[in-house]
Amino acid sequence: MHLSTDVLVIGAGGAGMYAALEAARTGAKVILADRSLIGRGGATIMAQMTVAVAVGEQEPDHWEHHLADTLAAGRGLCDPALARLLCEEGPEVIREMDGWGVGWAREDGHMKQAHAPGHDRPRCVYVDFLNTGPAVSKTLRTRLIRTPDIRRVGDLLVTDLLVHEGECVGAVALHLPTGDAITIAAASVIVATGGLTRLYQRNSASANMGGDGYALCHAAGAELIDMEFVQFFPIGHLAPRLIGMDPIMWDPFRYKLGGRLLNGAREEFVHNYGATDEGKYVVTRDLATYAIVKEVEAGRGSPHGGAWLSFEHCTEAELRAAAGPVIDRLAKNGIDLTKQAIEVAPIAHYHMGGVKADVSMATRVPGLFVAGEAGGGANGANRLSGNAITEALVFGRTAGKSAAARALARTSPAASAPAFAGAVDFLMDGTPGSGPNPAAMIEELQALMQKDVGPFRAGPGLERALARIRAMRASLPAAKPPGGTAYDTALVDWLDLRTMLAVAEGVTHSALQRTESRGAHQREDYPGMDPAWQKNQVIR
Amino acid sequence: MSCVTRLKILRGVAGGATRYEVHEVPFEPGQSVLDALRWIRAHTDPTLAIRYSCTTANTCKECMVAVDGKTVYSCTARLEARDMLVEPLPNKALIRDLVTQIAPPDERLQAQS
Repeated sequence: MHLSTDVLVIGAGGAGMYAALEAARTGAKVILADRSLIGRGGATIMAQMTVAVAVGEQEPDHWEHHLADTLAAGRGLCDPALARLLCEEGPEVIREMDGWGVGWAREDGHMKQAHAPGHDRPRCVYVDFLNTGPAVSKTLRTRLIRTPDIRRVGDLLVTDLLVHEGECVGAVALHLPTGDAITIAAASVIVATGGLTRLYQRNSASANMGGDGYALCHAAGAELIDMEFVQFFPIGHLAPRLIGMDPIMWDPFRYKLGGRLLNGAREEFVHNYGATDEGKYVVTRDLATYAIVKEVEAGRGSPHGGAWLSFEHCTEAELRAAAGPVIDRLAKNGIDLTKQAIEVAPIAHYHMGGVKADVSMATRVPGLFVAGEAGGGANGANRLSGNAITEALVFGRTAGKSAAARALARTSPAASAPAFAGAVDFLMDGTPGSGPNPAAMIEELQALMQKDVGPFRAGPGLERALARIRAMRASLPAAKPPGGTAYDTALVDWLDLRTMLAVAEGVTHSALQRTESRGAHQREDYPGMDPAWQKNQVIR
Repeated sequence: MSCVTRLKILRGVAGGATRYEVHEVPFEPGQSVLDALRWIRAHTDPTLAIRYSCTTANTCKECMVAVDGKTVYSCTARLEARDMLVEPLPNKALIRDLVTQIAPPDERLQAQS
């Protein structure tokens, strides 16, 4: 099947949905495609916490203050123009979402703004209770349904972008329910596929975040920036297995109740790494991550390879006052925090790097735009708390406007179906069922990345990872399953593995090159920031 | 206590023959049914078709199946150390194995063309 449109948006999280709405508002016909259900499969819907924006409702504020905090968090590596765009236009999109009925929490007639770490004042809006992401997604889904110029297509996994005479002119996709190849001609393409946290064994995002957009754009000729900067969250839930809970749930507990971090011998250990803990758990995220990783390496980890986090010193009344209904959900999982510790470990949470773009969200490939976490540069070496949703909405809006303007001004004819033949043949060709299990290889890659390209890296581990990733990439082509089969998960795994290996190589290579420690990139063999490294790495 | 779950899974494609297959999965307390289905795909049979994206948080709504005849999200349905019956949703069109047509009609490719 061959489709044609003005603007193709790939990925229907917060950035992609806002981009589609803005492109349609600018006058373009839009196809919004996602590999999952529209508005349900990305990272936005899983965001529970807050959105940073200088609306100045809780206290007087100005976007320049938000920018100063964003640049400070980025440790000298933010693209100042992108960071400024995020902060300056944040208030407009947050107020537009307010007008669309998202339901930002209010008190005394104004939006409530929380004071999150790294901000100089209360700046973060949210939707109660821990419902920010679901509310943002639902609001945007509702707007989409009311916009006739947007055609929504789920279950469509984009496998290649088509570049003709240097311009991006469309995409090839696997239609999951049938296994057919679908070709889509588009005057402009926006990639809004999110980040890469699926590369890691322990992560806090959906299984769709395997770096699809990075691989697609790089193969089409776009540049990738800051790929070494993966943000880890130190006390992600590890064990016992919980169902229906967000793995970063322990952060609010920590703020309210303290919580003792213990090693496998049930001894406090954070003080051995230069911090005072004293049961308050005020230690910084990077030091907590370091101390946990080191205890595990020394054979003193908890049974599942992390640390114990204990609230056993708290009474049930204290726990209820701090966490309310969450205590009941824990009880359903058989957990009583007054009687047992749980296990925590660092988990991949967000990726600062991504596809390089200018302030119009244009990549260096004409016709190819990027939005949201798929883009890189705005957050430098470390993302300020609360900037992810703001970035999704602002950059989505900008990309939608730019892509639509380009499409409406374009005079050359749309790409015809035969132009896609090479990518279609690649997708449909293959050898049925003889190669290694790609689902198992994905698990191997995730374990490798967690171990050697995780929050703390060193030369030998990075070299080892790079060699293994390259060997896995070399073994891949011979094992490709053919297309044409309805919901062929083995083919999807193979395609995902191809993407994940390409992206993993970029992350690992960049991490090996950067011989210093800065923000989220910490090299054990190169501690401390090196002024000579106050520069961005770009993969061409 | 047994440390194995035996999942009896209904497999097949739309319009074709269907069959039940039994897969044994190591049981760890606290696991979800989705954990077990993912274990099968990575360890014994990558051809088993399932769908999910959020994995654990009950937000993506993709992983619905019938467990012992009752419609559940497999990411929040608790695995138990016994025989469990896993089937595709009975009221949705079958695509393959445990995957059914759950997309809203106006988000499907065929419905629009």
